[in-house]
Amino acid sequence: MSETDLRTHAEEIHEQFSDQLDIDVDDVFERLDTLVNEYKVPATEARRSVVNTYLDEAGMERDQLGGGGGGNEQVDLADVDAPEEWVDVRAKVVELWDPRADAVAQVGLLGDETGTIKFTKWSKSDLPELEEGKSYSLRNVVTDEYQGRFSVKLNRTTTIEELDEEIEVGDDSVEVEGALVDIQSGSGLIKRCPEEDCTRVLQNGRCSEHGEVEGEFDLRIKGVLDDGEEVTEVIFDEEATEKLTGITLEEAKEMAMDALDTTVVADEMRADILGRYYRVTGPTFGRYVLADAQERLTGPVDADELLIKARSI
Amino acid sequence: MATTPTREVARRVFAREFNDASYTFKESDDDRAPVYVLLPTGQRANRVFLVGTLTETEDVGEDSEYWQGRVVDPNGDTFFMYAGQYQPDAASMLRELEPPAYVAVVGKPRTYETDEGDVNVSVRPESISEVDEATRDRWVVEAAERTLERIRRFTDADPEDPDTDEYVAMAHEEYGDDVEPYRQSVVGALESMEDAAEASAD
Repeated sequence: MSETDLRTHAEEIHEQFSDQLDIDVDDVFERLDTLVNEYKVPATEARRSVVNTYLDEAGMERDQLGGGGGGNEQVDLADVDAPEEWVDVRAKVVELWDPRADAVAQVGLLGDETGTIKFTKWSKSDLPELEEGKSYSLRNVVTDEYQGRFSVKLNRTTTIEELDEEIEVGDDSVEVEGALVDIQSGSGLIKRCPEEDCTRVLQNGRCSEHGEVEGEFDLRIKGVLDDGEEVTEVIFDEEATEKLTGITLEEAKEMAMDALDTTVVADEMRADILGRYYRVTGPTFGRYVLADAQERLTGPVDADELLIKARSI
Repeated sequence: MATTPTREVARRVFAREFNDASYTFKESDDDRAPVYVLLPTGQRANRVFLVGTLTETEDVGEDSEYWQGRVVDPNGDTFFMYAGQYQPDAASMLRELEPPAYVAVVGKPRTYETDEGDVNVSVRPESISEVDEATRDRWVVEAAERTLERIRRFTDADPEDPDTDEYVAMAHEEYGDDVEPYRQSVVGALESMEDAAEASAD
């Protein structure tokens, strides 16, 4: 962080408190400088910390503060790449999902021009309801990360303001093609942890976070597409798995019940899809592509052009 | 994501070239480091994906089951694969499948030296699945395309130039300059597709 950037932060903070506190820009700068250059705190966190100090001094609440809702950086959703950062976003509610736990008031997908991200709103935060399809300015949300997938959490200090404009949601999806060369463990009929906002896959009935729990069945395939040059790991959720294999969650449960063994489901899926060619499109999360749409490649392939090339070498 | 070991790509190669890939090497001294075979067209391969016709299966094991499968490509060249107790899924597929059948195989190249001093190259399958003709056709064209790309890179390169791809240079060193048989297998495979298309059009 250059001195000029820190100076800018200091001036902005000074501006925010100019009505309430008699503070000096140099003083603000020094505090920031100590945090950033001595304690190696990221600039956004340093700014937050310094703002908090002054809020305490002034006996103010964060939402009383003007000018950028407390000095967070407004970020594009595609740029969210670290957990536990306080940010402001402008985004449209693309989808609302059914909360899996009482502690969660709302959960779903936010989108802006650069992509989409999952959001969670806690019940105890007591925030107004977000509506699907509407665009909002959300200030003071916290980023989170789980297995390479980022999300934002709305909390008690978050301010929600509906926007008049509609934010266009960009498409961050990719298209990959190749032969399905592997179906990884943790595929087929799986059980997930039912705890609040935890969807971890159980290993032998245990959640790595919550211990032994009564799991909830789900279908999933973690597959590997390989085109001979690159490998891509693809996750098919319940809906995509059903489309891919023709096996529904209910059928999978029946199969497992008949066999007294859940692994028969993955075995059957393997026989149906392994070694075939697919084209998959969907957003990327960490190193995975999440399959939104998929197509088995069975059409005729043109050998003519290649044959001409091969003969001409 | 540096902590996640990258999965090895499955190379596409016709049987003639695969069976000639007798030179193996490792990239590090680590016991667990992957073993690569060097393809004569100048690419390393730690995994292959192939689709062809399973023509014969046989339990060649003495004390325990050890299945041999022969998978033939469009040129009539054969991939040999062996699956025993440590490849239970692949072994049971070889036990159960009735040749002839189109199969897709993902596996690791393995080499062994015979008493006569020849090096045989085979596949240790990770998975075998029965597939349809459309999948086989797609693989043939894909393998032809990838092989042609390798041949082009190989013939365009100057093995004396220090900037030449190290595996291309290694292939020149280990196998020599002649990649014509592999070009012929590309042409042969693609011609067989044309013949099949014409036959079905008549």
